[in-house]
Amino acid sequence: MTRDHDVLVLGAGLAGMRAALEAARNGADVAIVTKVHPIRSHSSAAQGGINAALGEGDSWESHAFDTVKGSDYLADQDAVEIMTQEAPRDIIEFEHMGVIFYRAPDGKLGTRAFGGASQARTYFVGDITGQALLVTLYDQILKAGVKVYEEWFATKLLMENGACRGLVALEMLTGELHLLRSKAVVVASGGLGRLYEPSTNALMCTGDGYSLAYRAGAPLMDMAMVQYHPTTLAGSGFLMTEAARGEGAYLLNSEGERFMKRYAPNKMELAARDVTSRAEATEIAEGRGINGNVLLDLRHLGPDVILKKLPQIHEMAVDYLGIDMIKEPVPVRPGMHYQMGGIKTDVSGATVVPGLYAAGEVACVSVHGGNRLGANSLLDTIVFGRRSGHASAQYAAQTVRSGGGEDLLQSEQARLQGLLDRPYSGETCAGLRLELATMMDEKVGLYRSDEGLHEALDQLREFRRRYENVAVGDKSRVFNQALTFVLELGFLLDCGETIIRDALIRKESRGAHTHVDYPDRNDEDWMVHTLLTDRGEEEPEISHLPVTITRWKPEVRTY
Amino acid sequence: MQFTIEVGRYNSDGNYAPNAVPGEPYPPPWNRSPVRRYQTYTVDLPVHAVVLDALIAIREYQDPSLAVRCACRSAICGSCAMWINGHAHLACKSKLQEFTKNGKTRVESAPSMPVIRDLVCDMQPFWDKHLAVKPWLQAKEPVPPSDQEYRVPNASMEELIQEVSCISCGACLMDCESFAVNPDFLGPQALAQAYRYAGDPRDAQTKERLGEYSKPGGVWDCTHCYECVTQCPKGVAPLEQILKLRRMAVDAGYTNNAGTRHADAFASSVKHSGRLNELTLMPKSTGFFNIVGQLKTLPSAINMIRAGKLPPLIHKAIPGVNRIKAIFERVGGRFK
Ligand SMILES: Cc1cc2nc3c(=O)[nH]c(=O)nc-3n(C[C@H](O)[C@H](O)[C@H](O)COP(=O)(O)OP(=O)(O)OC[C@H]3O[C@@H](n4cnc5c(N)ncnc54)[C@H](O)[C@@H]3O)c2cc1C
Ligand code: SF4
Ligand code: SF4
Ligand code: FES
Repeated sequence: MTRDHDVLVLGAGLAGMRAALEAARNGADVAIVTKVHPIRSHSSAAQGGINAALGEGDSWESHAFDTVKGSDYLADQDAVEIMTQEAPRDIIEFEHMGVIFYRAPDGKLGTRAFGGASQARTYFVGDITGQALLVTLYDQILKAGVKVYEEWFATKLLMENGACRGLVALEMLTGELHLLRSKAVVVASGGLGRLYEPSTNALMCTGDGYSLAYRAGAPLMDMAMVQYHPTTLAGSGFLMTEAARGEGAYLLNSEGERFMKRYAPNKMELAARDVTSRAEATEIAEGRGINGNVLLDLRHLGPDVILKKLPQIHEMAVDYLGIDMIKEPVPVRPGMHYQMGGIKTDVSGATVVPGLYAAGEVACVSVHGGNRLGANSLLDTIVFGRRSGHASAQYAAQTVRSGGGEDLLQSEQARLQGLLDRPYSGETCAGLRLELATMMDEKVGLYRSDEGLHEALDQLREFRRRYENVAVGDKSRVFNQALTFVLELGFLLDCGETIIRDALIRKESRGAHTHVDYPDRNDEDWMVHTLLTDRGEEEPEISHLPVTITRWKPEVRTY
Repeated sequence: MQFTIEVGRYNSDGNYAPNAVPGEPYPPPWNRSPVRRYQTYTVDLPVHAVVLDALIAIREYQDPSLAVRCACRSAICGSCAMWINGHAHLACKSKLQEFTKNGKTRVESAPSMPVIRDLVCDMQPFWDKHLAVKPWLQAKEPVPPSDQEYRVPNASMEELIQEVSCISCGACLMDCESFAVNPDFLGPQALAQAYRYAGDPRDAQTKERLGEYSKPGGVWDCTHCYECVTQCPKGVAPLEQILKLRRMAVDAGYTNNAGTRHADAFASSVKHSGRLNELTLMPKSTGFFNIVGQLKTLPSAINMIRAGKLPPLIHKAIPGVNRIKAIFERVGGRFK
């Protein structure tokens, strides 16, 4: 069945719902397409908080400088200025919508410290900040009566004369494929954590939007910048929020030493994430780890702080490791967490493809550059979610609706049927995904080398070949997850390839990209973004854009 | 370690493996739910593995046709509530070892919700209830300017963290005894959210909300079965929030409903005789002049008489009733 709207938002995380709300406020007939119920979106997992220079004595300039420095000078400073200037208003708007932010004794919003920040400017709700924001925003969507296509899985974007005019989606409940037409599409489909094993991300973070937009002609930028978070739980890889260190927790090695004093004497445990993760990896590599982990020690914070401000991670350590952090330190290690790169957009969320917008983790404005500061991602989702909602609604108002797309619906139908009909060959989706993700962690993880990256690219080609033999192990109509998993693995392969290629191109070390063959930052040659544009069967086209500098010249980065 | 899992399968297409054996029909009130077919799997997992680990292992390496919702694997997204050994739990928070009974663990989609496929249920009844309590702030005027927050004490925000911690998993509703017999009951999660807004110092519509929540299907329809408190994986304790709402509603003057009258009749009987006068409890709750309502209770009264459960016709006070009266006086409140 075909449906028409002005604006379609792909994704119902913070970025997607914020975009939808803004588009609706601007008079657009907007609908959200999401593969999971909005409340299940991965934004709910954000624990620590959201940044804004809102307090007395703080300034957007200070927030912007910290962000730029944190990014290892790869962020575009015009975009960072906009984000940090608009942050206070957006946070207050969420407060007015009902978010129960923590308060200081005077009843105003209160803060906690976070990594890489020169001031405590992280606003929070316990350690469930993302959930608190997401639920509030979802309830606003309900109130505004925005149409949500819930548990609809987008398989392809609809392109007409070079412009994006909708998408095709699979309704999980019925197994029916639908054509959804619009004048503009906002891709807000979140991250790609499943490309790495282990990762802090949920099972649905499979990079769908990167691939969909890339295949529709939008370039992907700085894909090599994959963040490893310093404190992920031993074993499961679940996140122990940076707020733990913000509240004062220590990192210890096997000798009980606060080793960060040797890597970041000023900020100690609250250095930027790339710095802290590498410090941990060095400690572990030099034999001062404990079974491949270091220790996160919260004991001195006392039960009150732990139970009131960090209840969720307390519960997680008990549930998944049997460790009570009030009494014992928790073993942690660096783990894949966030993709700084993504669909290249301008500050209004527009890509170079007419009608195609992007926001949230999937987008790259770029405000995070080579390394994202903790609590800046939620901010990115709501500021640029709002902006892309506004811009897409404006664009839609001047655009005529498409009348086509039936042919795409048919070709998608045939493609999915082809997958379903594929005979079983012994190759499983889960097995191949695990091989891919383990390879990415090993060769395209915290440390990279030319040799490793070349091997990775070869292996990826081989994985692509094997992917053609993966059969769908379920032939049912209703809720066929075996089918969507195969589609997701296809998206992950595109993401993996662009990450490896970008990492091969950048011959320096900057932010999250640590290249052992080029260990230094090279401002002479590499103050540029790398963009990859799809060319079908051929290798992607490589292009560069200079980093926008408004007021902060690159400096040596110490914490 | 080897674990044996018995999974309740359901597929409207009728595709089942030959070794999936039909189970017994569910007992009332769930007998409308279709009978599941149970398929047994063995998985090898670490001792501390959770039920979801087993389901994922099955889906990934044994049977890709098994449908189950899950995302975060860490009790955050609320996707994976299902029946485990006959009660609603999050699969990702339930240790297999603890849930192994007679050598196996039985998982199925809760029969209190419509089933879509295998472990995937239709959550629409849950979301409808959520929407029905108007779960958004109806902001108090004047709304502060766009660069200023409402000034409220942190304690008033902290007080609401318990309800905001709700991950909308539906476990409470799945096992709610009142919902099982009365689909119109708003249910534990929605009422906990109702309190989240009614108890927010920034909300302007507290009184109107309390009026809405006091209507049939609202706070007074809860039977205190405690299931929601036991089953909630996030400590939301919906019943506690329901009790808070009841208190607020009575204080706000919403006393003309069966629930309040029931509570009043209960309290006044205990105050005056030291025990419950079951004979007058029902008519007092329904309202003495509510003839239609009175007649509706007649069949159960007759059944009770038949079963020999008729309370004594002459209601005597217990010895020392004065001491009970003194307690009531000491506590104060509205029971005269
Ligand atoms: C454990 C953890 C903790 C974090 N803590 C913090 C923090 O404290 N502070 C901070 O600033 N950041 C934090 N982050 C990062 C931040 O949470 C995320 O980057 C951000 O929430 C991403 O939001 P989003 O709206 O872009 O995407 P998401 O919330 O991931 O939403 C993606 C949406 O897209 C939909 N979707 C995807 N593919 C498809 C498809 N094919 N068809 C249909 N729909 C689709 C999904 O259904 C979903 O609704 C954390 C991240 C993790 C993993
Ligand atoms: S205590 Fe009340 S709301 Fe909770 S499960 Fe029982 S009947 Fe339902
Ligand atoms: S109240 Fe508890 S059990 Fe009910 S939906 Fe919320 S988290 Fe789940
Ligand atoms: S998988 Fe998210 S709550 Fe269980």
